[in-house]
Amino acid sequence: MAEFSDLNTAWFAIIGLLWAGYFFLEGFDFGVAVVAPIVSRDDLDRRICLNAVGPTWDGNEVWLIVAGGATFAAFPLWYAKLFSGFYLALFVVLVALIARGVSFEFRDKVDSRSWRTFWDGANLLGSLVPAVVWGAAFTDLVHGLPLDPGGTYRGGLVGLLHPVALVGGLASLALFSLHGAVFLALKTEGTVRDRAVRLVRVLVPASVVLLAAVLGWLVHAGRPSVGGSLPAAVPVVLALLAALAVVGTGVLSARSRPGLAFAANGLAILLVTGAAFSRLFPAVLASGTVASHGLTIESASAGHLTLVVMSVVAAIFTPLVLLYQGWTYWVFRQRLSRPPVGPAAADAPDHGVPGSSGRAPRPVGLPGETGR
Amino acid sequence: MTNGQFTGSRAACGGQEADCAGICLHDERAVSALELARWQFGLTTVFHFFFVPVTIGLGVVVASMQTFAYRREDEVWERLTAFFGRLFLINLAVGVVTGIVLEFQFGMNWSSYSVFVGSIFGAPLAIEGLLAFFLESTFVGLWVFGKGKLSPRVHLATIWVTSAGTILSAFFILAANSWMQHPVGYEVEHGEAVLTDFWAVLASSTLWASFLHTVSAAFVTAGGLVLGIAAWQIRQGRERAAFGRAARFAAIFTLASVLVTSVSGDLQGRLMESQQPMKMAAAEALYTTTDGASFSMLTIGNLSGTPVFQVRLPHVLSMIADLSWNGQVKGIDQLQASETATYGKGSYVPVLWATYWSFRTMVGMGILLVLLSAWGALLARRKRIGESRWFLRAAMAGMALPFLANASGWVFTEMGRQPWLVYGLLKTLHGVSPTVSTVDVAATLVGFVALYTAIGVVDAVLMVRAARRDLVAPEDDEHPVLPGIVY
Ligand code: HDD
Ligand code: HEM
Ligand code: HEM
Repeated sequence: MAEFSDLNTAWFAIIGLLWAGYFFLEGFDFGVAVVAPIVSRDDLDRRICLNAVGPTWDGNEVWLIVAGGATFAAFPLWYAKLFSGFYLALFVVLVALIARGVSFEFRDKVDSRSWRTFWDGANLLGSLVPAVVWGAAFTDLVHGLPLDPGGTYRGGLVGLLHPVALVGGLASLALFSLHGAVFLALKTEGTVRDRAVRLVRVLVPASVVLLAAVLGWLVHAGRPSVGGSLPAAVPVVLALLAALAVVGTGVLSARSRPGLAFAANGLAILLVTGAAFSRLFPAVLASGTVASHGLTIESASAGHLTLVVMSVVAAIFTPLVLLYQGWTYWVFRQRLSRPPVGPAAADAPDHGVPGSSGRAPRPVGLPGETGR
Repeated sequence: MTNGQFTGSRAACGGQEADCAGICLHDERAVSALELARWQFGLTTVFHFFFVPVTIGLGVVVASMQTFAYRREDEVWERLTAFFGRLFLINLAVGVVTGIVLEFQFGMNWSSYSVFVGSIFGAPLAIEGLLAFFLESTFVGLWVFGKGKLSPRVHLATIWVTSAGTILSAFFILAANSWMQHPVGYEVEHGEAVLTDFWAVLASSTLWASFLHTVSAAFVTAGGLVLGIAAWQIRQGRERAAFGRAARFAAIFTLASVLVTSVSGDLQGRLMESQQPMKMAAAEALYTTTDGASFSMLTIGNLSGTPVFQVRLPHVLSMIADLSWNGQVKGIDQLQASETATYGKGSYVPVLWATYWSFRTMVGMGILLVLLSAWGALLARRKRIGESRWFLRAAMAGMALPFLANASGWVFTEMGRQPWLVYGLLKTLHGVSPTVSTVDVAATLVGFVALYTAIGVVDAVLMVRAARRDLVAPEDDEHPVLPGIVY
């Protein structure tokens, strides 16, 4: 049986890593979309922002799909109770992800200003909503839910809107926005970058304060602990380190070290996710009141052979995925910027690019630019 | 309940075994939530599957075109690659976003089902993500944005890898689906299906037949689309030579694919007769077991066994079912009796009008597609595909056929399995989420229908616009053709 529970623990950790990878990667996609209206002044700036995540956003989203699939396979009961319990919240996320996903493709297909504005709006809302909901949902999970003796959550959408969850949602929004801003500082040049760097200065303190608020609240509120939990200090230390990493992001950004600043903020996101999962362990759905009502990695687990098969597949293919996704970022490592010469001067006015029907010249470093 | 048939699960019962001896879902609320959840599943999957075959098929078509361009350093193929690549991307966007809904839906609307099958069904789904979706989504980004950055060879490889990803994803999702049609490699323990032999799941005859059929059907879909669009362009008198090439390629590609579809469909028919005999009987609305059963082309009146008028092809149903002139095809009445003996009381007959007509629609479209693409291939051989006005018209109308066939094929497969969700193990009735209210399912159903309608309309308009564009050289295009996924 020892082997059995080792595999359960491993899969709990893997699912945690998948979420961490998802938040790290799609975190900056969301963040770029959220800060895009602030850092852009015209259509060309917008395209720079969109193109910064263009080649990779879909690959990043697959981390979510794999996290969902892995939960389904490894802990069917967790998947079933979580997804049916968080029903409307997930519906809202789905709608947002759909609107956002098509906005990337649809935006340029009709040459009209209002058309583009509409899809910019879809991209913004479609990123903002999940950025908030994921934070709120994970805060709810860690905080503990009102569960019936069978481990079912019946509180509906309203039950998820606990004040601490709302703060958690704002915290994730701030953290992802910061992630997007440091990503733009790393990936772009010129005015977009300058504005992004300025934005970092605001988002760092906001993120730290909100993270600290959630942490303090959760520690203060407590929740009945499940047998086999990690020492309470583990998640707290991880969360504190995360806050420290965010401060580091601010410092590094101010010192014009965008690469390191991005890494520091990425680390912060990984640490926060780690804190959430280590606080949850070994529960997968924790009750806020009666510990035994919750589900654990033992009671929610799939059959043994399933876990073995998945472990083998994951061991072979995860390194491969990391390799080629990493390669993609290497291929598109070049910074994006406005064309150095031409009608679109660096501080082009608000009303589009002169001399064109709203079609801006292609920013340098964009695809289709260099090659034929 | 006998035979390990499942009636209640950890999820369904919420731990309260007392009020849930397999009947906890029979109250009014659950039944209407069940119906709505079924509508939601059917509508969202059929919608997803309008785009899926186009993605799978166009992936191969575009990759082939780019290969011709690369091999022969041919500028016409290059422009065709860009032209159809644009359509591929517009379509892909909707295919991608509608897939996520399905993946979440199992947990949201079908939580009892998810608990029951998770150990087996979840694995291919997770593996699909890890092996296929990562591949496809990452490499499509490289293909779109990597033009000019990557060497032409590597750039060509990226579209082939993308295409391989879509086909792999079909394999794994169909592995999950085929297991529901014909469960293998499992044991039922504590009211849950537990995996005992993963290899059996992947080697299932149901899976391989269905994989061949579905993927070749996807090729037919894209082939028909390319043929139709090329026909429109030729009729407009634009770039006749270039689109003539595309049409020739598409005609031959479609013909080859539709032949595979037909052969594999026939194979599926035979598997079905042994694995899900009720579905076969329902395909024909055949009530009594018959030797040398005939196949009705169409029926007027009702399907209760006493039609007013029928056109019948003698012995054809027997041929479909077991490749023999006088083979026996079991009838609904006999099957109902034997299923009741095995599984207990209840109706085991699917909705007959749906299975009967959907099967006919699919096969009918299949026959029309064989004729159409054979005609096209014949003209292509003589290099006269652009000259027959009748053919061009037919090709344009023919674009709709594969879509109809695909949708009706799935409706047949899935509705023919009813009342089972997992054949012989779990009824649809017992799969639905017990804790999700009717109002919630209704609200999300309305939401998805509204959203999908809007996106469907926008997508259709954009596809049509893209299909009517001029065939411009990529470098002359003020608005870059390929890097479409953004801006
Ligand atoms: C035979 C093929 C087939 C079938 C039956 C299904 N799909 Fe699908 N799916 C694909 C073939 C495909 C694809 C060709 O791979 C897609 C379409 C467009 C795309 O980009 O990938 C896709 C996309 C796609 C995505 C998005 C992937 C991404 O972000 O790149 C998800 C999550 C799913 N699907 C999930 C499902 C589920 C849960 C299904 C079961 C009901 C399902 N699909 C039926
Ligand atoms: C993409 C192609 C597919 C289409 C168009 C399709 C269509 C349908 C339809 C029309 C139903 C409703 C049947 C009824 O309620 O009478 C249904 C049911 C169902 N299908 Fe499929 N299906 C597809 C693929 C799949 C796959 C790949 C799976 C599993 C991996 C699946 C799982 C289910 C489930 C769980 C139900 C139960 C819900 C219900 O009975 O309504 N389907 N599907
Ligand atoms: C012309 C002869 C054809 C035959 C004899 C045939 C036969 C079948 C059979 C027996 C099934 C049900 C399999 C099952 O439930 O186990 C099926 C399903 C299906 N068919 Fe066909 N079919 C034909 C043509 C087509 C064409 C032309 C298309 C589309 C272009 C198509 C698309 C589908 C799809 C998408 C499914 C559901 C997926 C699956 O179960 O594989 N079929 N077909």
